[in-house]
Amino acid sequence: MMGRTIFIDPGRCIGCQACVSACRECDSHRGKSMIHLDYPDEGHSVASLPTVCMHCEDPVAPCAEVCPADAILVTVDGVVQTADTSRCIGCANCVNACPFGVPKIDLAAKLQMKCDLCYDRTSAGLAPMCATVCPTGALFYGTLDELRAERPGVEVVDAFAFGGTTVRTGVATVVPADRGRRPLPGGLPVVEVNGVDVRKADPR
Amino acid sequence: MTSAPRPPATDDRLPLDPALAPPGTTAFRDAGGLPAGNWRGARDGETLVPTHCCFCGVQCGIYLRVDRTGTVFGVEPRNHDINRMRLCPKGINAYQQVNHPDRLTAPLVRSSRDEPFREVSWDEALSVTAAGIRAVQARHGNDAFGMLGGASLFTEKTYLVGKFARIALKTRHVDYNGRLCMVSAAGANKLAFGIDRAGNPFSDILLTDCLLIAGANVGECFPVLTQYVWGARDRGAKLIVVDPRETAVARTADIHVALRPGTDAAFFNAVLHVVVEESLTDEAFLATRTSGWEEARAAAADCPPRRAAEICGVPAEQIAEVARVFGTADKAMAWHARGIEHHTQGVDNCLAVINLCAATGNIGRPGAGYGTLTGQGNGQGGREHGQKSDLLPGGRSINDPEHRRQISRIWGIDEAELPRAGTSMVEMVHQMRRGEIRGLLGICNNPFVSLPDLPAVTAAYDTLDFHVQCDFFLSETAANAHVVLPVTTWAEDEGVMANAEARVVKHNKAQEPPPGVRTDTWVMCRLAQLLGAGDKFAFTGSRDVFEELRIASAGTVNDYYGITYERLEETGGIAWPCPTTDHPGTPRLFEDGRTHHPDGLIHLQRVEWRPPADPYSDEYPLSLTTGRTVAHFLSGNQTRRLGALVEQTPRPWVELHPAHGFRNGDPVRVVTRRGATVLPALVTEAIRPDTVFVPYHWPIPTAANTLTNAALDPRSKIPEYKVCACRLERAEHLDEVPAPPTPPGRSAYPPKAQAARTDPLPPTAPQGRGTAERS
Repeated sequence: MMGRTIFIDPGRCIGCQACVSACRECDSHRGKSMIHLDYPDEGHSVASLPTVCMHCEDPVAPCAEVCPADAILVTVDGVVQTADTSRCIGCANCVNACPFGVPKIDLAAKLQMKCDLCYDRTSAGLAPMCATVCPTGALFYGTLDELRAERPGVEVVDAFAFGGTTVRTGVATVVPADRGRRPLPGGLPVVEVNGVDVRKADPR
Repeated sequence: MTSAPRPPATDDRLPLDPALAPPGTTAFRDAGGLPAGNWRGARDGETLVPTHCCFCGVQCGIYLRVDRTGTVFGVEPRNHDINRMRLCPKGINAYQQVNHPDRLTAPLVRSSRDEPFREVSWDEALSVTAAGIRAVQARHGNDAFGMLGGASLFTEKTYLVGKFARIALKTRHVDYNGRLCMVSAAGANKLAFGIDRAGNPFSDILLTDCLLIAGANVGECFPVLTQYVWGARDRGAKLIVVDPRETAVARTADIHVALRPGTDAAFFNAVLHVVVEESLTDEAFLATRTSGWEEARAAAADCPPRRAAEICGVPAEQIAEVARVFGTADKAMAWHARGIEHHTQGVDNCLAVINLCAATGNIGRPGAGYGTLTGQGNGQGGREHGQKSDLLPGGRSINDPEHRRQISRIWGIDEAELPRAGTSMVEMVHQMRRGEIRGLLGICNNPFVSLPDLPAVTAAYDTLDFHVQCDFFLSETAANAHVVLPVTTWAEDEGVMANAEARVVKHNKAQEPPPGVRTDTWVMCRLAQLLGAGDKFAFTGSRDVFEELRIASAGTVNDYYGITYERLEETGGIAWPCPTTDHPGTPRLFEDGRTHHPDGLIHLQRVEWRPPADPYSDEYPLSLTTGRTVAHFLSGNQTRRLGALVEQTPRPWVELHPAHGFRNGDPVRVVTRRGATVLPALVTEAIRPDTVFVPYHWPIPTAANTLTNAALDPRSKIPEYKVCACRLERAEHLDEVPAPPTPPGRSAYPPKAQAARTDPLPPTAPQGRGTAERS
């Protein structure tokens, strides 16, 4: 299981965007925010959800795997770094590969940027800025034991199913207890391509 | 007065030595030790100044980052008791206003509103101001000159406002913008307990078994408090939220009572009715600790759930369920805010909550009690020491002969010189319109956005012969003035504030003010000299004023005598009353079983629901309610100049139920008996179909306060912002939606926020206009 990492607890998010503002204050990407805030049930409820880089572990970071310039490095402790500016060619392959929709491309600068877990802070034992300030604890930084000490009985998952592929991540998500034993659905399975039911197609 | 940047009082930085790294960094150690990071606590040449956020009544601890030139340039979270490093977006971005390009840096003067301002020296500006005050008073009498203060000022400055108005201006007309905020709760607490503050600290929320939140959008108005709310739920506490809208906290509640605006008293009476019917009262507590229970109970008996259900528009069963959950809890708490206070029966609503807490024995115990959430940073402290029209320092009554004698002695004046009580802020505007008030000095408030029925307000201000405003941005109200005096932000001076727990905290100075800018204290003292009262205002800074304030409050209910700057820096805050310098303060009231009434009892009051002042009709069938958004503060003078916050919430909207047939973004004209404005629709099922919501931080033409009703609570004189009758009309073109005007300064974006606009995600923000209250 993960060590010290971010746990996302959607049930606690109030949509205040403190994480977004805090992310701008981080020294490693000063002035830009790497966080998405989504409203999954807009029009019906005020539910909101922060998305940070999930720091995929297995398979290792699809964004890094597809990078033709080897610009996205993964540290030995599993942090998927933002693109190295001396290597990034702004091709956006990483944007297309990421199953969580995290990396952003600055089209003018032809550079990718993404959450790097505030590596300047986390490498010194501090929490990332977003999880430090999150007023509700929707973003929690620590170990699973620390999380459970604060929130007894909490269940988390660090596996997400995208069709037939399961991605294990370094960042975990808090889920209702009955969801804790299986991967969270991360996207809809592909059923049909160009009118052909791919479930019946000859795999060859 | 000077206070150089200093190192943190307590070092809550984590150690940098890998061997001393905290538990939980095992992943890094397992990977071969801590990788090289570049975070070094205070970075090279940088100083971290411990202080507090300038905005809401939570008063989160922050560090301001100061570079080697002595300039504030950033923020770091601070592990203070109150917020434990947590911050909301306002707190994170607050530092950007300190060196914002829109700052006023020279006094501005003009002889009529038709002329442009011209920059002048301080000597000229102050002499014009003093001459203007004298001219108005010579012609129309001392009371023809009024003064309005603010509850975002440091407490020292609010003390000075009260003293300056009565001694230098010799006027009885002084009030403050907390009149628009906290006075209903203050009035109810004073009536019931004889003390005007929350009964419990925030930390008690973590201990409760049942938390009732009434009319408080905690998620948007006090985001940092949600950690306490969730913490209580983690322990198994039940959460009850009473709000017409499904707010972020209501979404997670065990019971969300989505009642019709303006019906809170009926709801709480019905809850009390069930508590009595089902024998959930604490009879021993009622018998020994309260008076007035018979009257309170009789009113509740007249309001059974079935009747309240019709008034409130919620199921009778839900009302009964609230009563059972609250009444059976071992420890229950109720916290409320403007949602039940901004009403013509705001005091009654708060008293109804107190009746419920007392009837169930939930007063004065850990995890059991009541609290009021203050909107402004110093909403609590701002009313304690004489800025309010009817109060003298220490919460003394200005009409009480003994209180008058005490303060006259401390101030060194003859009691006969001390004016009597004046009128409240909204009433002062009426007096302007009638020509009774002909001159005004405003400091830290922006009525052109914050008062109800704005068309009438701006017309009233236009009648003033002489109008002076102190501010650090050119607010809409300042843009109407004859003289504008540029003053400091909270980061350029030191002083104390009292948060919603009545915890007094100290703000520290982080940078020198820009050349040409003076502190409010300096301005009031110099003006007092020119008006012939200089000997009563021989203060060199906040510290001097605080020392006098301590003495002036000694022996009162609001006793600050035991609080010193040094103690505040050591402790991180002390709750008053604190009578001696070795007293620990009083975070929780009534633990000794006595209130601050002479008989020591809780004086319960009879509460009867009455309908809102603005009646519904076929023409105006819907309820309009107003409130805050998380990105903005009060009238937006500060927050709507900060790029990130403008991007987050660039403009107001009208929130309405799909039943009205509008789609998201449709232009909708909201019409009340006072005016109309066109706003884009935000369609959501998270609001009652008979209710619409408009956030209030914006000026005309998209001001919610063009629509709101200026009717007042007869006791607290608070306007009924939270409910008025309205109708919706389809506007023809999106073009009808007026864009917020550009502020009368320069860019809405300070340099760093401009960088943020190059973010790969497309910015959504029309530029906002700035204006308003400040610290």
